[in-house]
Amino acid sequence: MDLTTLTYIFVGGSFALYFGIAIWAKAGTTGEFYAAGRGVHPVANGMATAADWMSAASFISMAGLISFMGYDASIFLMGWTGGYVLLALLLAPYLRKFGKYTVPEFVGDRFYSTSARVTAVVCLIVASVTYVIGQVKGIGVAFSRFLEVDFVTGLWIGMAIVAVYAILGGMKGVTYTQIAQYCVLISAYTVPAVFISLNLTGTPVPQVGLFSGTEDGTPMLAKLNQVITDLGFAEYTAQKGGTMNIIFYTFSLMIGTAGLPHVIIRFFTVPKVRDARASAGWALVFIALLYTTAPAVGAMARLNLMNAIQTGEVGSPDGNLAYAERPDWFKNWEATGLLKFEDKNGDGKIQYYNDKNKEFAAKAEAWGWKGNEMVKVDRDIMVLANPEVAQLPNWVIALVAAGGLAAALSTAAGLLLAISSAVSHDLLKSTFMPEISEKQELMAARIAMAAAILLAGYLGMNPPGFAAQTVALAFGLAASSIFPVLMMGIFSKKMNNKGAIAGMTTGIVSTLVYIFTYKGWFFIPGTNMLANTPANHLFGISPEAFGTVGAILNFAVAFIVMNMTEPVPEEIEHMVEDIRIPKGAGAAQDH
Amino acid sequence: MSTHDGQGYWAANIRLVTWLLVVWAICSYGFGILLRDALDAMVPFGGVGLGFWFAQQGSIFVFLALIAIYAKKMAQIDADFGVRED
Repeated sequence: MDLTTLTYIFVGGSFALYFGIAIWAKAGTTGEFYAAGRGVHPVANGMATAADWMSAASFISMAGLISFMGYDASIFLMGWTGGYVLLALLLAPYLRKFGKYTVPEFVGDRFYSTSARVTAVVCLIVASVTYVIGQVKGIGVAFSRFLEVDFVTGLWIGMAIVAVYAILGGMKGVTYTQIAQYCVLISAYTVPAVFISLNLTGTPVPQVGLFSGTEDGTPMLAKLNQVITDLGFAEYTAQKGGTMNIIFYTFSLMIGTAGLPHVIIRFFTVPKVRDARASAGWALVFIALLYTTAPAVGAMARLNLMNAIQTGEVGSPDGNLAYAERPDWFKNWEATGLLKFEDKNGDGKIQYYNDKNKEFAAKAEAWGWKGNEMVKVDRDIMVLANPEVAQLPNWVIALVAAGGLAAALSTAAGLLLAISSAVSHDLLKSTFMPEISEKQELMAARIAMAAAILLAGYLGMNPPGFAAQTVALAFGLAASSIFPVLMMGIFSKKMNNKGAIAGMTTGIVSTLVYIFTYKGWFFIPGTNMLANTPANHLFGISPEAFGTVGAILNFAVAFIVMNMTEPVPEEIEHMVEDIRIPKGAGAAQDH
Repeated sequence: MSTHDGQGYWAANIRLVTWLLVVWAICSYGFGILLRDALDAMVPFGGVGLGFWFAQQGSIFVFLALIAIYAKKMAQIDADFGVRED
């Protein structure tokens, strides 16, 4: 069967599955809409969390990032998994014990203040909207690429599919579709990885293959280092960035992960406190399957790509692939614009090297090379072209398409749910229109969801500034605002309302200002006050890593303000004591 | 439940979490970043060494183990202090 038919079968089949689940898991109460009735098994919730968490960026872009960053990409590997330890040990069990529906609700009750709750809603929306823009763009790109439609059509097809199951089923529908989406995406990710590892190193386990030898006995990573340094690139396994920035960046991703509302609310769906602890562990098991495979995919794909182009000795006239003899996958991805070749020296051969390395560029010139001729190698092809480079059957390519779409859909749905429940539950029901009935609130939640989908679709089409890089920034925003306030709410009995509000405000404003200083106000290009280069950064800390500093400022300001204002009421101290003890978490707490 | 029990339970919890987070920090920020070169030199394998392994694989496995240990130990502590859910 040809690839297009197979792709339609795989993608169509997976969509039919999601719709089936949507009809089966229709939400009848607000408890089901916000927290899936608190009846989700911890392993099932772990799987849903993994899909919720792993976005199109994790699925498509991360291995490519690792490919080109090498060791430095450990920031993402450790940062995006280490956060689950914090979530499991410090937040999830207590927030589950608290037993409400949203993150701002906890903040509002614990800090006995509607202003604190509204501040938390604002922080949640800033962080989640920043994140969702990247996801919606990812949906557009994935759908347009796999279904061969244009970006805008692809984007709205994707949003329409999310709308069906998110509006109907709320958290309940989203949970069960995410479980299906996890199964699709993980098989789509690991199947090609297994084959590539087998081809290159002879072992079917990519995690082992990464540290194994190739055919001639040289370790794979040593060979990769050799091949790329021969062409003037930096050594794969060497550290390139400053240690300080690496540490701050990793920490920012870790505490941002623990503070992202769409992940936290998943732990409200399990029946008990101990389920919340176990479920965080299961989530990491399912995430680790992909995250430990990704570095193998990244390194192996880079080696395959380099070997495909530099076929012989570096510098010899016939050491390079002739453009006329390029393989089919090369042609396919050239057609999409993700690969671009420009024959600068007119010899009909492809020279792919680092022409920014002055010493090497001088050598290359002596060979008649006139600059790097692979003028575009989009990092996304490291995953997308993988099955073709490894010459896997068409069904694997079709499976990768379904997997990429599943990853994009599941994260967008989770984020939209966090945003819409904050609007309908925290703003409408609890702050502005407390008199509405449960039925009306459920309707409001559905309308809020529809509105969030339309807004996200619009922003995905017209992203303010450059949206791709906003994903990493969303973590900084969650790290500087939500993580600290939750920590203080649980671990300090004395933290009061004014301290919490001042802390949250300081954290998010300082981080936003730092980001805007280097990236432009509201990401509008040209409005940045300083060039975004390490020399300009405060202590060498990049905007993506600033969430750590924002969090420190948040804690510091909160404690200073707390000491200057009136202490917490006694009943709040009792509430904190109660949160800390698992007993009495109640299966479903409606209010 | 008396306040005394509550305090004992919380202290046991904090002790456990502190130890686990120390291991968490040593394996990621220590072995994976600050001590990476030293570890690579000490235990070289796979063309690089243990430090690189910790940065790209090992720390993730350690994270998994930490959550598993936490969930198991906390269940025990819950039972010891009589605060286990039914």
